[in-house]
Amino acid sequence: MNTRQQCKRIYSWVGRAKSSDQQLKTFQYRGILIKSERSLTEMCVLLGEFVLVEGENADQPFVAKLLKLYEDGSQEKHAVVQWFSRITELPLNKRKLLQREVSPQEIFLDKAPGYDTDINVETIIKNVKVIPLAPEEAVPVRSNGKQIFFVKESWDGKCFKPLSPGLLSELKEAEKNKKVGSPSPLTDCQVFPSDFICSLKAETDRVTRSTVKTKNIQMEIESRHSASKSSLSKERHSQRVANGINTPGARKKLQLNSPSKSRNKLTGCDVLELLGDDCDALEPSATKRKVTFTKILGSPPKISRTSGESDSPLAIRGDWSKLAETVRIAPYRRGQDSSPKAKNLDGKDDDTCLAEEQELMTRSPVVIPRSHRKCVQKTTALIAEQLHFLNISEQDREDDYLPSTDCSDSSSSEEEESMMPCTPKRKMRSSTTLSTPKSLRKPSDIISAKTPRKTPEPRTPKTPRNATPRIPIRNQATEKPANVLEEARLRLHVSTIPGSLPCREEEFQDIYNFVESKLIDGTGGCMYISGVPGTGKTVTVHEVIRCLQQAAENDELPSFQFIEINGMKLTDPHQAYVQILQLLTGQKVTATHAAELLAKLFSTPGPKRKTTVLIVDELDLLWTRKQDVMYNLFDWPTQKQAKLIILAIANTMDLPERIMMNRVASRLGLTRMSFQPYTYKQLQQIISSRLNHIKAFEEDAIQLVSRKVAALSGDARRCLDICRRSTEICEFSSQKSASGLVSMAHVMKAIDEMFSSPYINSIRNASLHEQMFLKAIIAEFRRSGLEEATVQQIYHQHVALCRIEGLQIPTVSEIMAICSRLGACRLLLVESNNKYLHVRVRLNISHDDVMYALKQE
Amino acid sequence: MENASHRYKEFYVKDFVISALMENCLGFNFSTRNDLHGNKCGGGGVMLWRGNLMEKLNQQEFSFLSYGRELKKPLHLLELLKRTTIHGESNSALIIGPRGSGKTMLLNHVLKELMEVKQVRENLLQVHLNGLLQTNDKIALKEITRQLQMENVVGDKVFGSFAENLAFLLEALKKGDRDSSCPVLFILDEFDLFVHHKNQTLLYNLFDISQSAQTPVTVIGITCRQDILELLEKRVKSRFSHRQIYLMNSFDFKQYLRIFKEQLYLPAEFVYKPFVQKWNKNVQSLSEDRTVQDVLQNHFHCSKDLRSLHMLLMLALSSITVSHPFMTGSDLLEASKLCRMDSKANIVHGLSVLEICLIIAMKHLNDVYEGEPFNFQMVYNEFQKFIQRKAHSMYNFEKPVVMKAFEHLLQLELIKPIEGLPVRAQREYLLMKLLLDNNQIMDALQVYPNCPTDVKQWATSSLSWL
Repeated sequence: MNTRQQCKRIYSWVGRAKSSDQQLKTFQYRGILIKSERSLTEMCVLLGEFVLVEGENADQPFVAKLLKLYEDGSQEKHAVVQWFSRITELPLNKRKLLQREVSPQEIFLDKAPGYDTDINVETIIKNVKVIPLAPEEAVPVRSNGKQIFFVKESWDGKCFKPLSPGLLSELKEAEKNKKVGSPSPLTDCQVFPSDFICSLKAETDRVTRSTVKTKNIQMEIESRHSASKSSLSKERHSQRVANGINTPGARKKLQLNSPSKSRNKLTGCDVLELLGDDCDALEPSATKRKVTFTKILGSPPKISRTSGESDSPLAIRGDWSKLAETVRIAPYRRGQDSSPKAKNLDGKDDDTCLAEEQELMTRSPVVIPRSHRKCVQKTTALIAEQLHFLNISEQDREDDYLPSTDCSDSSSSEEEESMMPCTPKRKMRSSTTLSTPKSLRKPSDIISAKTPRKTPEPRTPKTPRNATPRIPIRNQATEKPANVLEEARLRLHVSTIPGSLPCREEEFQDIYNFVESKLIDGTGGCMYISGVPGTGKTVTVHEVIRCLQQAAENDELPSFQFIEINGMKLTDPHQAYVQILQLLTGQKVTATHAAELLAKLFSTPGPKRKTTVLIVDELDLLWTRKQDVMYNLFDWPTQKQAKLIILAIANTMDLPERIMMNRVASRLGLTRMSFQPYTYKQLQQIISSRLNHIKAFEEDAIQLVSRKVAALSGDARRCLDICRRSTEICEFSSQKSASGLVSMAHVMKAIDEMFSSPYINSIRNASLHEQMFLKAIIAEFRRSGLEEATVQQIYHQHVALCRIEGLQIPTVSEIMAICSRLGACRLLLVESNNKYLHVRVRLNISHDDVMYALKQE
Repeated sequence: MENASHRYKEFYVKDFVISALMENCLGFNFSTRNDLHGNKCGGGGVMLWRGNLMEKLNQQEFSFLSYGRELKKPLHLLELLKRTTIHGESNSALIIGPRGSGKTMLLNHVLKELMEVKQVRENLLQVHLNGLLQTNDKIALKEITRQLQMENVVGDKVFGSFAENLAFLLEALKKGDRDSSCPVLFILDEFDLFVHHKNQTLLYNLFDISQSAQTPVTVIGITCRQDILELLEKRVKSRFSHRQIYLMNSFDFKQYLRIFKEQLYLPAEFVYKPFVQKWNKNVQSLSEDRTVQDVLQNHFHCSKDLRSLHMLLMLALSSITVSHPFMTGSDLLEASKLCRMDSKANIVHGLSVLEICLIIAMKHLNDVYEGEPFNFQMVYNEFQKFIQRKAHSMYNFEKPVVMKAFEHLLQLELIKPIEGLPVRAQREYLLMKLLLDNNQIMDALQVYPNCPTDVKQWATSSLSWL
């Protein structure tokens, strides 16, 4: 896809202005000529044709119909389009309305309001073929032309409707006209019944084109690509011949397949008509082959398809074994594959052979309804033979397959296999895809990711790039809280997100209004939110987003995309770009590249772009010396087309003034909000709302906690933690207290535990000489009047003290040991060097504390 | 003859480490010999129980509760971990206490107990990190990923860059939830060292997970720094639950004495039953002995750290042989002397008379100039004055020889050049400081073998010119 991004296109009008509007100073045109600078090819797009329009995801350009082309007064070329939406563009919750599987190349006439239909001509990539279908027609699986879409229903933002007959015929008309008059030759396409697999298309496409040698202009890039692919396949092909093994069974099958009928030149419509007969004619030959294969797979297609979902964290371990099974099949297939070709090749040169093979290919992916499974029994003998084969070839091919192919990769190729018509060639391919876990599969189906890559060198280190991040599933279920205190503890845990957010209503409303207004206007903006830790900034913002999403779902607001980054969760400020891009489009690139892509994304006029809401948590950590990350972040929303709303969160109120350069602070704007620390009343309310009428605390106890915390920091987390701890203390001592409620005493104890200074206690528990050493330090400080002394000086004091007390005088080594022990606890601050007796020592606590601690004895 | 050689060996092997190493071989040799004491127990038995006790001291495998500590602390921690595993509740806690106060032992004890619960054993994932090993977040993340056996681990290698690893780990932990995913226990030993990692990214993320609805985790930090909370960044601190478990050596001398006895008691199930009784009786009488109590009291006053008690007992135990099967008070006294030995003063014992003279000269210079630094020339002059006065008894060394002796002292780090001054100065004029205290010098001279009386006199006289 990068080729398209990098290659510059030149746009010019076709012919003269069709008409002009004097008042608006616009000139309308009949078509536009797109010239690619790199490949020096031209293509012409006329009104009424379908085009691909650049979107944020380069792999999934938008589809639209060209309605009007005009040039405005400022010489800018504009186009008015009718949008079509892919299934992936529709909101997730609405997809369910369809109640059927939607093939990736089906698109919907988009009547939903809110999208700008006036686009810049420069965003048009190329024309594309869209075939209208009547409601009763099934969506054919096209095997050819990555650029073919089918439209069947329309989408108006609320529900799906079949295309009205008028519209349908209109579209069909346009289609026919194009066929006759279009200067750009259309790619041939072959359509197969729907239980066929689209995954095949890449293969067939390649083959078809290279055989037919159509000079397809739009496909220039792709076909060049495919040329290299076919040469590659040739290479591999000859390899296969070298180590190929002939099976009688396979040879037989090949003969079965012999009735040849060239179908290369079929166009989409013809195919539709021919479809029925064709299937019937070819079925018998195909059936047998399919059957043998399914058997080898060992698992019925249905099962393997479920395992295709194993991306989810809940994937069952069992899947792996299944996957491994299928993976292991691959080598066998390859061995078997080679046989027909080996035969074909005899006495022929490469070229002719290839042609023949390709012919085979195009023909062979024929209907294989799964229902023909009964044939399995007939071919048991054959299977036995093949299984034997499997064992042999498995050993041979061990180098080639990697057992730990990542989850998504293997599952998707398994999906292919499960539905796969068993062309020999096809099977071989799947094995190659499997063995290259490095190739990162793009989610798109338009540009096939299944193009054969280089076969990996044997024993390449396996890099599990697509490993799914997940934590193993626990073996036993968690226990539910058994009593009131446990229930209370569960509710008081900071992680529990309460249904409502008390005490932050105002802030909530402000943020909500801000984002809502920007959403409705379709503009962008920044908001800076500050507040000390634990004042509910992040949770409030999340709540706002949740409410907005709800509203968007109910069609009260235009839908938007929500992403979030956290400065603390990045290893480097520049990683912010990578994360944002990945969350936006799913691409994984380096930081510098991501920055470029994002800048392009937000600065180019993006038609049909949804508003993006970006939360930047812990903003201060995105600071760099040049402040480029912050600058970019806040610069994007200012661009007209960006439609980016940024909610930046940090702790300090004056962050923009303190650490940001003027140009960054200026872009951040003045929309600020600061979260004040909670007051004791608010904390009290938070606790009681969380407890939600569970009687676990005495009222006074709650008040005590709230007052304590409010006086200290106003950190709600602290407040909840203290409450949680006091329930524990209460539980331990509940035998004694009658009420079973958490009382003041428990809370006091918890507070003491959390906030009491450990120093006094640790001095009291120190050994006699350690205490003596502290005394000696104070004596020395008094003597010298300085707050610092060397160990030698303290040692002399220590010796004197020991003489007074009549204790054994410790040796210098012992004194050094005592000193370092106290230093490790940080009761003392000890210089860290090897000056031995001349090391300087300071107290880390006040004199009074030391005296107080020692006096108690 | 054979006997003598063994004696020699036994004598030589004073040091407990070596003796521990040679244990097996010696024990084997003795066991072949006849019993010296008319006991049913052979020499092998003596060595065996010695080994047994040493092992006990080494592994510190005594009942945790014998410490006389509050029972609440292990209970609190145990409950905390149980709740994490059984209820899937996220927590964080710090165990704080001086070195040798049993922090790690407490945790291990609790974990051992925890693992006896079946429900816990099957669910809990543990990640052990140590601040001394995982010196930055990058290494720490790789280690976490490796110990959790995530999917980007192949063999023992973790793939991906730092950023990828972090994103991967966070994603994994984020996907989990309270009810379905395995709880993870993070144990951060030397917690204070993690605080110095850049931005405290690791700590922030661990604590953040523990405070949000993700995979249940419990983060336990172990540290000896009392000021640890002040080191945490404010955001990190806010996310930490402020559970602190303080461990102190809060026992008094009576308990210390009890611990001493418990350490030395042989278990009843030991092979040589009659001997066990005798030994244990001996230990009991030892603990009542005045000198032993004095030794222990001094030791207790110096340090309450139980590790130093182990060291003492280890040294005392190593003096036990077949001919000397019971520990006596003098053994302990000897061991205590070894323990309290002053290392620098020990070095002084090995010096030549000339070097001793130089040190005395330095001492006098220190007295006169009140600790100001000196250089070689000053020391040499001082030494010359002494020589001139005592020309009849002392050999007058040439200057280069004295210089050599001076440099030897430098190498032994008995003197140290002052920092921050140009090193290019001539050797004679480099400013130095003496790393010995007057007391140390005097003590060392007391025990210095064959010290000339003139030198001693010179050292003791407060006026250098006398």
